[in-house]
Amino acid sequence: MKETIYITGASSITPLLPQKPSPYTYTAQDIPPCTYTETIRSACKEPDYKAYITDPAARRRMSRVVKMGLTAALQCLSGAGEMPGAIITATGLGCLSDTEKFLRTLIENKEELLNPTPFIQSTFNTVGSQIAISTKNMAYNNTYVHRGVSFESALLDGMMMLAGGEAESVLVGSYEELTATSFDIQSRLGFFRKGGKAGEGAQFFLLSAKEKSPCILRDLAFAFQPTPDELLEKAADFLLKNKVQKADIEMLISGDGGNEEEFTFYDKIEKNFPETQVVKYKHLTGDYQTVSSFALWLGTQIMGKADSPKKILIYNHFRNINHTFILLESRFDK
Amino acid sequence: MRIVVSGVGTVSAIGLNVAESLRALAGKKSGIEPLSLFESGHKGKLPVGEVKADNRMLAEMLAIHPGKTISRTALLGMSAAQEAYGDACLPDRKNEGLRIGFISGTSVGGMDLSEHFYADHLQSPAKGRLRQIISHDCGDSTEKIASRLGINDYITTVSTACSSGANAVIAGARLIKHGFLDCVIAGGTDALCRFTLNGFASLKIVDEYPCRPFDESRQGLNLGEGAGYIVLEKETNRYPQSYGYLLAGANICEAFHQTASSPEGNGALLSMQKALQTGNLQTKQIDYINLHGTGTPNNDMAEGNAIRRLFGATPPYLSSTKAYTGHTLGACGGIEAVFSLLAIKYGLVFPNLNFTTPIAGHGLIPETEYGENRRIKTVMSNSFGFGGNMSTLIFSAI
Repeated sequence: MKETIYITGASSITPLLPQKPSPYTYTAQDIPPCTYTETIRSACKEPDYKAYITDPAARRRMSRVVKMGLTAALQCLSGAGEMPGAIITATGLGCLSDTEKFLRTLIENKEELLNPTPFIQSTFNTVGSQIAISTKNMAYNNTYVHRGVSFESALLDGMMMLAGGEAESVLVGSYEELTATSFDIQSRLGFFRKGGKAGEGAQFFLLSAKEKSPCILRDLAFAFQPTPDELLEKAADFLLKNKVQKADIEMLISGDGGNEEEFTFYDKIEKNFPETQVVKYKHLTGDYQTVSSFALWLGTQIMGKADSPKKILIYNHFRNINHTFILLESRFDK
Repeated sequence: MRIVVSGVGTVSAIGLNVAESLRALAGKKSGIEPLSLFESGHKGKLPVGEVKADNRMLAEMLAIHPGKTISRTALLGMSAAQEAYGDACLPDRKNEGLRIGFISGTSVGGMDLSEHFYADHLQSPAKGRLRQIISHDCGDSTEKIASRLGINDYITTVSTACSSGANAVIAGARLIKHGFLDCVIAGGTDALCRFTLNGFASLKIVDEYPCRPFDESRQGLNLGEGAGYIVLEKETNRYPQSYGYLLAGANICEAFHQTASSPEGNGALLSMQKALQTGNLQTKQIDYINLHGTGTPNNDMAEGNAIRRLFGATPPYLSSTKAYTGHTLGACGGIEAVFSLLAIKYGLVFPNLNFTTPIAGHGLIPETEYGENRRIKTVMSNSFGFGGNMSTLIFSAI
């Protein structure tokens, strides 16, 4: 992107990692080291939703992921001055527990006497809509639902809106829940046969073209089903387009989560940046379609100090098919 | 930079392609019939807009091996996207080096298969055919369609309930305007399934009779299925033919209620106003509105009130095509974009079937006859969805 886009707010509801009170306080040392010995399933540490969703009736109606997504969004917006000019959400599987609940009663009750609430809340745009309703925001509202590029599609849309002057700030975030059924299915599909684990989480970001912050979201790139060599070419093109040398990338946040079947591409990219410090995180979060939003959150926490890396590259792929790069820059004013 | 539409493709209850759809529209032939597609307590009773081809026939038409498990959402999408892609002559334009994207809207994804899996899975977690669940997510149909067309520069999926298709078009135009892509195939696809049929039935907004959009006696919607895609291009591309410009798109959220529209139509009004503003247009320049017009008491009251507030005593030609196709959910923004472009290209106004009496509140009278040789330069197409996600597209003649 030609325009400079700042990340002025970030929030995360995620399985592990202490929630520090203020942003930009992390260093790479704060990230617990990789251990893949624990359970293969990560569940979020959830906040007390009462503080965010004050209406008890509304809270009761909402499924866990709706509360997680909405709360992460409200946490991100707290302290923000103006209302964002767009709300863009992303999710791979959406509101799974409500989808399952409606399907179950549909089958068990043989299509009779169905409660519509889980159906209503099963739609993929439920969280985006609830954010709009709860903040009374009638602006642009979109939801991207495409596997490993859901979150990056939302980011790209938001960045273009800022670049084109369609909005001065945009709220972009993702949410994913792991249910017992989806975990069963993933296990049966053999996703953890060779390592890795299932996870969930919600991350939201406020992007601004006007208000400055220590973290600049420079650019994104996508690759669909590339060969390892095509991926390296894509990475090289991406750096070139942004006038960045390999050696300028001081930190690589790699999506390698210990799954042997997904290792080839991560290994290729990590080896492509031999001088770069590599940070991994999926041992904390588990893997899910929109997990790269956690990598971005981590990036925002590391940026902005005198000794922060000047440039961070985030690389992730989902099941070897959807590959994405995000380039961050630190802006530090003494 | 202006965005040109160079190709269109659609499949719905009124036709397996654009030519068939046009014939049905002209012949006032609705595709709404009692449910026959799958086993359900509603089978043989509830009227729906089924695409008149089962999965086997669709696979055969697409030359896909019948043994392959592919969701109906993907099959319908392939059919319409392929028609649009071919219509824009993209298979013969490989040497132009275009960066092509595919953006699809869907609200159910591969649910038509997952609901079978889940019924078995409920009996025991070890049960259920895995090949019926791997296409559950919305991205699956998009990737299958894109792979068939050989598109890999950018592929993504939008899901904002019934405005998904329209929002895919808006997102696609933005990607071209910002120079990220040169050409985008955008629209939506959705298949009928037990999940959505029972979902809408549980909300008590499904009519047991053929739907009557904008009629005082309307009782609800008929669900439909299908797909519609349009090819968006940079004006400077060497496209062989054109249907019109995509002048503007507006996406807003009414932020009122998860499923209902405000009766006075605040969201619909804002959506149409914003589209006019973006396109730098006056209300008098709009020649025809392809209404969202689902036939539910709530939508047709809210949308009509918004039209009255915006257009006053002399609104343009109005009609809902949902009494032909049923409400195709995530696909309707795509299908109705195709219809709107056909209206411009051939000077047509499509009839609003099953209308006799205006709604007391706003008294709007939609067109009831097929109109030919009309001066249709600019068309507005509305798509409103659950969650208050409301979108308006405006197309104009070149």
